[in-house]
Amino acid sequence: MADATLTSSPNARTARRRRTERLNRLTPYLFLGPAAVIMAIALLYPLGYMVWGSFRDWDPSQTIGEAEFVGLKNYITLWGDPNFRESLGVTLRFAFFVVTFEMVIGVGLALLLDRNIRGMSMLRTMFILPMMIAPVVVGLMWRYMYHPTVGTFNRTLESLGLPSVDWLGQHALMSVIIADIWQWTPFIFILALAALQSLPRSALEAARIDGATAWQQIWYIKLPLMMPVLIVTGLLRLIDAFKVLEVILVMTEGGPGLSTEILALRISRTATEFRELGVAAAMSNYLLLLLLALTLGMFAFTRWQEARAAKVRMAAEEDS
Amino acid sequence: MPAIHLDNLIKRYGETQVLHGIELEMADNEFTVLVGPSGCGKSTTLRMIAGLESVSDGEIWVDGEAVSHLEPKERDLAMVFQDYALYPHMNVAQNISFALRLQRRPKSEIDKKVREVADVVGLTEFLHRKPGALSGGQRQRVAMARALAKDSGIFLFDEPLSNLDAKLRGQMRAELALMSQRVEKNMIYVTHDQIEAMTLADRIVVMHGGYIQQQGSPEELFKRPVNKFVAGFLGSPPMNFLNGEIEERDGEVFILGEGFALSIEGAAAEKARAHNHKLVTLGIRPSDLRFDADAPAHKVLSLDVTVSEYIGAQSVLLCKCGTETVMVELASETPVALGQTLKFAVNANGVHLFDRETEKAL
Ligand SMILES: Nc1ncnc2c1ncn2[C@@H]1O[C@H](COP(=O)(O)OP(=O)(O)OP(=O)(O)O)[C@@H](O)[C@H]1O
Ligand SMILES: [Mg+2]
Repeated sequence: MADATLTSSPNARTARRRRTERLNRLTPYLFLGPAAVIMAIALLYPLGYMVWGSFRDWDPSQTIGEAEFVGLKNYITLWGDPNFRESLGVTLRFAFFVVTFEMVIGVGLALLLDRNIRGMSMLRTMFILPMMIAPVVVGLMWRYMYHPTVGTFNRTLESLGLPSVDWLGQHALMSVIIADIWQWTPFIFILALAALQSLPRSALEAARIDGATAWQQIWYIKLPLMMPVLIVTGLLRLIDAFKVLEVILVMTEGGPGLSTEILALRISRTATEFRELGVAAAMSNYLLLLLLALTLGMFAFTRWQEARAAKVRMAAEEDS
Repeated sequence: MPAIHLDNLIKRYGETQVLHGIELEMADNEFTVLVGPSGCGKSTTLRMIAGLESVSDGEIWVDGEAVSHLEPKERDLAMVFQDYALYPHMNVAQNISFALRLQRRPKSEIDKKVREVADVVGLTEFLHRKPGALSGGQRQRVAMARALAKDSGIFLFDEPLSNLDAKLRGQMRAELALMSQRVEKNMIYVTHDQIEAMTLADRIVVMHGGYIQQQGSPEELFKRPVNKFVAGFLGSPPMNFLNGEIEERDGEVFILGEGFALSIEGAAAEKARAHNHKLVTLGIRPSDLRFDADAPAHKVLSLDVTVSEYIGAQSVLLCKCGTETVMVELASETPVALGQTLKFAVNANGVHLFDRETEKAL
């Protein structure tokens, strides 16, 4: 190799170097290729199908080709449909409350349990059990616990001499929110705990010496350092919360009235009960757009923050 | 400011004991330097004083008050960590001012202090950078500045200058020396650097394997090491050790060893006479050997010069005495040629004798 390089002319060498460089640049794409093809088939094709279908008046008995093309009609009707709006509102409220509570409780628990006491690993394992249970089972379980007469909650209230609560009737949305918090707080908890345990220990020690109380350590050191993980975790939960289906289906079937009919449930009912595939597809697309906007918004926000910090730094360095 | 007393301090991690009864008295405004090989427990000692490690046994007294149960923030101290321990999400100015901000000092005072210490460590132009965008040496200076900004009574430094280049290190060392004279603080300083230890310390504490070997002023430790370990640890290039035997001939005390028979006199001779073991180790610092072609044979070591290391005004000769290597430090202009066998006389008080078995100084 060394000999060849020595004897070959400079031109030949440059040419060879260019060729190697080009090959080097291409290598990642070669490796990405197969994955890209699979993604196109498995992801983009159904997505395109859905978008295509949303422009049609489409009954499940028809193939997509037979369905009549109606342009944006599905989207427009939906926008004017009070039931759809109600459902959208329920979804937004549901997502907002579950993610807020889950983040606060999950991160709080992680901060509380991030210590080396005997038995702590057992406790941690127990905390993540709810997440491992199948959603349908969770729904069934909570439905029984919420039962107006024989359910655990009302029996407990009664034995304490308190009035019983109409869990899945009057307070249906609150009840499903509680069930979701029970199931998904562990998800936030384990990710927050992992983030906590990977924090630089010595920075926390420095903070203790600098005089930070436990609260100040959390507020000024731990939370800011966990923030990147927390943002991603929150985003994942948010996306998931918008798509939750089984638990609510089992617990309330969207009722009473439309009080717990979240979008995913409405989409599934539109497609199966009302047999309007086009409308269901349009609804899915609204949901997709919403999630996309949320995600992009979040990324844009972090970008903006970074850019601002960089600008402040640049300005300061020019000054000095 | 305060006097610190480590009272039979012991540290165990589970079954393994890493500190075996550290007994140390540090007076007001004293600059104490801890030295010792890697893993001997310097950082552990420092972290126990700081309150970051629990005390397994013994007690730490600060101004007559037992503090081992106190939280770090209740101990009025500042610390520079071996691994800097900067706050990654804060810029340099925020790192430096964190303690002051927690104390809710007025903003103008904080700004002034930050600028002051940033100037001392030469970081003024980096105040708005995050630690991630700094070099190792710059980070170390931030850690230093953060400790200086916090006006504590006790300063703990864990190898605070280890990552700086020679020039900066010299500057910071001078700055520290100045500071320790100017302000009334109690400073405890860990270092691997001989020059730092010698120049900064009021008192040097040599540690080894979780024990204190010797403590005292730099001069005391350099001139009168209590054992072979301390003698070999302090001084650069290190002390030469040659195994030998004490023998008295016609009232004169000789140390006989492989390739040498050296007559000694003065205090060393007295000690050798009084000692009842014959087997000893002879210790001579490279700087205590001087080239002397005319000295009588029983007053010199005859050494074969094998390598000469030029280090500026001084040169270090690596010589052979029998199978042992002996280093000699002498002025570079001294005319020596490699391969020669030359005679080196020992300076008065240059002879150190250690019992070969216990390694204690005679
Ligand atoms: N958490 C721990 N568990 C068990 N042993 C430990 C622990 N921390 C430190 N040690 C041991 O304690 C001894 C002293 O460590 P320490 O960090 O004080 O050394 P040091 O003198 O600061 O060394 P260096 O000069 O390399 O920084 C070492 O032998 C180390 O292995
Ligand atoms: Mg250390």
